[in-house]
Amino acid sequence: MSALETEAEPTATSSGFMRSATATLQHARYTFAENPVSGIAFALFVVLLICAVIGPAIVPYSPLASDTAAALKPPSLQHWFGTDQLGRDMFSRVVVATRLDMAIAVFSVALVFAMGGVAGIAAGFFGGWIDQVVGRTADTIMAFPLFVLAMGIVAALGNTVTNIVIATAIINFPLYARIARAEANIRRDSGFVQAARLTGNSEMRIVLTQILPNIMPIMVVQMSLTMGYAILNAAGLSFIGLGVKPPTPEWGIMVAEGAGFIVSGDWWIAFFPGAALMLAVFCFNLLGDGLRDIVDPQRRT
Amino acid sequence: MLSQIARRLLTALPTLIGVIIVTFLLTRVLPGDTAAYFAGPAATPQAIEEVKKKLGLDRSLPVQFVSYVEALAKGDLGASLSTGQTVVKDIRTRLPASAELTLAGLVLGIVVAVPLGILAAVRQGSWIDHLCRVVATAGVSLPVFFSGLLLVYLFYYRLGWAPPPMGRLDVFSTAPNSITGFYLIDSLIARDFETFRAAFAQLILPAVTLGMFALAPIARMTRASMLAALSSEFVRTAKASGLSTRAVIVTYAFRNAMLPVVTTLGMVFSFLLGANVLVEKVFAWPGIGSYAVDALIKSDFAPVQGFVLTMAILYVMLNLLIDILYGVIDPRVRIEA
Repeated sequence: MSALETEAEPTATSSGFMRSATATLQHARYTFAENPVSGIAFALFVVLLICAVIGPAIVPYSPLASDTAAALKPPSLQHWFGTDQLGRDMFSRVVVATRLDMAIAVFSVALVFAMGGVAGIAAGFFGGWIDQVVGRTADTIMAFPLFVLAMGIVAALGNTVTNIVIATAIINFPLYARIARAEANIRRDSGFVQAARLTGNSEMRIVLTQILPNIMPIMVVQMSLTMGYAILNAAGLSFIGLGVKPPTPEWGIMVAEGAGFIVSGDWWIAFFPGAALMLAVFCFNLLGDGLRDIVDPQRRT
Repeated sequence: MLSQIARRLLTALPTLIGVIIVTFLLTRVLPGDTAAYFAGPAATPQAIEEVKKKLGLDRSLPVQFVSYVEALAKGDLGASLSTGQTVVKDIRTRLPASAELTLAGLVLGIVVAVPLGILAAVRQGSWIDHLCRVVATAGVSLPVFFSGLLLVYLFYYRLGWAPPPMGRLDVFSTAPNSITGFYLIDSLIARDFETFRAAFAQLILPAVTLGMFALAPIARMTRASMLAALSSEFVRTAKASGLSTRAVIVTYAFRNAMLPVVTTLGMVFSFLLGANVLVEKVFAWPGIGSYAVDALIKSDFAPVQGFVLTMAILYVMLNLLIDILYGVIDPRVRIEA
């Protein structure tokens, strides 16, 4: 906690802010140097980002173009990741799929950040009935096995990608709401909030200018920690046939398409999208851990 | 102790009510025509109208809720369009398969994770500690459907050690007489060791897949809480009193370190019940997960709803059990309660 308070809480003066920003940067450099794994994760993240942004432009084949003459070929120089049963180039499909998988995860995390953040801050700062409602809602969601609830939500809302984003956001809601609530609650009557109140700031303004900036770092760490889970969850849903429709390239559905070929030994169709998925989740989990070490050194495990 | 259990049962009641309300809302209020869902994809407008009447969807929401709860109390979850059976019957016949798989996975996970976590904490910084960290990070990053497929490729296709991933028994075996519904136990009761071997061979890969998944959070938590226990004052006192290392670790540190681990089990169950659905799909396991997935694809909505409700109730029960277990391990919880 101490690092957080020294670097984030004095938001009043700009020079203080600059000083703390430099300190944070130094600390970040130190953490990455101390922990090379975080460095590797960051490099992986850059690769993922490149694939997501310019992936469709750099792949050698169209991800949808089938070529039955070259169907079910193992990895070769022409087709680095082999071809599937329709002769589509797996490398192109895996790279192009990055954008959709990342987009689902980013949008769902942004959505839950907004929902959970607003609800949690309101609950922690104002207390009373808002706290009750938010707490009960979070408890009820937590009463379900989360993946099962996501299945139910997608089934009820309709089988689309948007609803996968919404379902993934809803099942993460309790986590975000609880963290935001706890962090807002311990600052509700702290010195700088009372000072702001005494100088005549409205409660709404206090939330926006005092509470929100201070709980931001912890929420951002939470976002990177849940990114991996969001990718995993969305890919799991599309693996069982929800959301993304074939022939759209997406890692979960590509693993599902390749699953039938595993038993006959054609491993590459399921292997490469699965490996990409695993690397992406691994990267975000490590990145989240590294980010947490920077923001909140006491929670290191 | 009994009164504490009774009190804990009462606190589960609001959760159960919440669960029922959410499952109700999932079917009735959200966009999408419920009647069309229930009537199936090939229904005519008249059929949908009829279903609407039959389900009482033309009445007000509170009235609908009351009749929904009434039906639930009678154990009526509707009928599945694709199997032609009532959902309750389908789920009852398929639940043991899921339970056997989940429990086998959980037991495997605990048996590996707890010693691993203890050793990692006792020999902090050694290779086993690093192994524990790698396993814990890799385990949470591994999509179960992918690790399951990798195991199938390696042990079925490459090595030929495992049978094909096609359900609970190979085609040559017949299911044992159902007593518990667990093939492993039923075949032992019937002293049919051939069937036991066949069921075991089918179970091992999906159970290992689930176990690998459950292992990570348990190992991580065991390591962390063992570290905390080992650096505590009562362990220092025990050591200073000249007790053997074994006695200090097993009797003093381990018992106290188990409390957070048992709490983590609640979260592990949440993950496991979800992962179970994916593993069942990979291994064509005839459990309630694959039942729900099949129904979802066919827009057969009553089974999905029944599945979500069953899983939620199971999960609430499991959490209840964990709380009671907590009281058994830690006498202080009993006194405070």
